Amino acid sequence: MPELFTYNFMVNALIASFLASIAAGVIGSYVVVKRIVFISGGISHSTYGGIGLGYLLGFNPILGAVGAALVTAGIVAKISRKKKQSEDMLIGIVWALGMALGIFFINLSEGYAPDLMSYLFGNILLVSNVDLVLMFILNIIVIGTVIIYYNKFQAVTFDEEFAKSVGLNTDRIYLLLLILIAITTVMLIKVVGIVLVIALISIPPAIAINYSKSLKQMMLISVILGLLFTIFGLFISYYLNLTSGASIIFISVVGYLFSYFLKK
Amino acid sequence: MKAIEVKNLFFQYEDLPVLEDINFDVEEKDFVGIIGPNGGGKTTLIKILVGLLKPQRGTVNIFEKPVSAMNHHIGYVPQSFNFDSSFPISVIDVTKMGRLNQSKIFKNSAEDQLIAEECLKKVDMLTMKDKLIGNLSGGQKQRVLIARALTVKPKILILDEPTASIDSKAGLNFYELLHRLNEEMTIIMISHDIGVISQYVEKIACLNKKLVFHDSKEISREMLEQTYQCPVDLIAHGLPHRILDEHEHNH
Ligand SMILES: Nc1ncnc2c1ncn2[C@@H]1O[C@H](COP(=O)(O)OP(=O)(O)OP(=O)(O)O)[C@@H](O)[C@H]1O
Ligand SMILES: [Mg+2]
Repeated sequence: MPELFTYNFMVNALIASFLASIAAGVIGSYVVVKRIVFISGGISHSTYGGIGLGYLLGFNPILGAVGAALVTAGIVAKISRKKKQSEDMLIGIVWALGMALGIFFINLSEGYAPDLMSYLFGNILLVSNVDLVLMFILNIIVIGTVIIYYNKFQAVTFDEEFAKSVGLNTDRIYLLLLILIAITTVMLIKVVGIVLVIALISIPPAIAINYSKSLKQMMLISVILGLLFTIFGLFISYYLNLTSGASIIFISVVGYLFSYFLKK
Repeated sequence: MKAIEVKNLFFQYEDLPVLEDINFDVEEKDFVGIIGPNGGGKTTLIKILVGLLKPQRGTVNIFEKPVSAMNHHIGYVPQSFNFDSSFPISVIDVTKMGRLNQSKIFKNSAEDQLIAEECLKKVDMLTMKDKLIGNLSGGQKQRVLIARALTVKPKILILDEPTASIDSKAGLNFYELLHRLNEEMTIIMISHDIGVISQYVEKIACLNKKLVFHDSKEISREMLEQTYQCPVDLIAHGLPHRILDEHEHNH
């Protein structure tokens, strides 16, 4: 196995796993306790529209993804004041619209888009040095914000009404959280792909919550689990020549089932 | 100074009017009980007072300023638990949330810890401070929420049926606690327990869409009948008959 690490792409893939697991575990913990998995799925799928637009107009698709994710986060923050039922429906619409726009833009663009599959399903073995630098910067932004806003995010995800009653601007804090989810989503696209991002965000915290006495602890366990799943999935994908994103999610689900039956 | 001043307040959810032309003042250090039938609008009124809902018409002033400027002086104990029992958080960390209102840049977390422990002690929950909130019983959770409201160090304490699931011994201690707290703060409490209300409260407001404010704590049958629109059954539940009878002898 050591000869594996002489491959540059493998080293990059491992660093990417590490960076992805940190953001996914920390932000995913909020997603799970606040029960906004569906919202996060909407944000991640809407990025496809931005990626398509990037292809059509000839700019970096990842920038398109960032833009689309942020716009969706803003839209979600607006509609979250509505009744639960219509909120659910509206997010479903944004989700589907994002995907449809992506396909539409790609249809319109002249050229052939060979790595579109890697946006949908990810390919951690294709992570470049530039990608790593970008992931690193996004991680700093995400983790830095969480450190500063830890208590406020905790209050808003635990009991938004009380947080508002003591005078916190809960709408703004919630929007900030959605923006962090958007950033994290984009960061994970390279690793597991748009379609599977939501699994990497939600599965490790869904396991961790059962063994945690605090949100901090839940985040830490989630990061460690995410790291185990991505690295294990990575090796499976390398040796069995399978798509990396799918392998990582498969391992995560096995991990979830294992913890589920362990708990019983 | 007036702690609370409500003028010509109207509120409706979508097209359901809930509060109509509400007017009342609460003096500093008053202890006001609000009674009224289910769906009468009590919780709605309180949510307006703590700034969770905005009225369509009318004004609410807290110490002569709009609610939004005074949130950090109000301690709020909600009627129901708005949180998920699976949330991994300890009793003490929940209690500390009342300290979030202190918008200091450098927070004194040691001080917050001390205040939170002090408040947990007041509601007899200090020994459980490191337990997960989700593992407490309903009454224990409710006590933690009271402690959380106290960590705000509020000028006005607003409680929405705080004793609904607290046992009678703890309930008694709790009313004694409120009585003591009342020396330094204004208290507004919703309760269906008219016996308790008439024993501890100084003033009574009856709310059923419209609000009738009584500057004394005497509960007369007419008051109740007006508020509850005479569902005698409802009255008989929460009300020890002798209180009514005593009143009738007085008249
Ligand atoms: N979020 C909401 N959306 C729409 N209608 C609501 C909402 N909350 C309450 N209502 C309605 O407003 C009316 C007043 O409700 P409120 O909760 O203020 O009553 P309450 O006096 O606190 O009753 P209870 O004694 O049962 O607690 C009820 O008819 C209720 O159905
Ligand atoms: Mg109520």
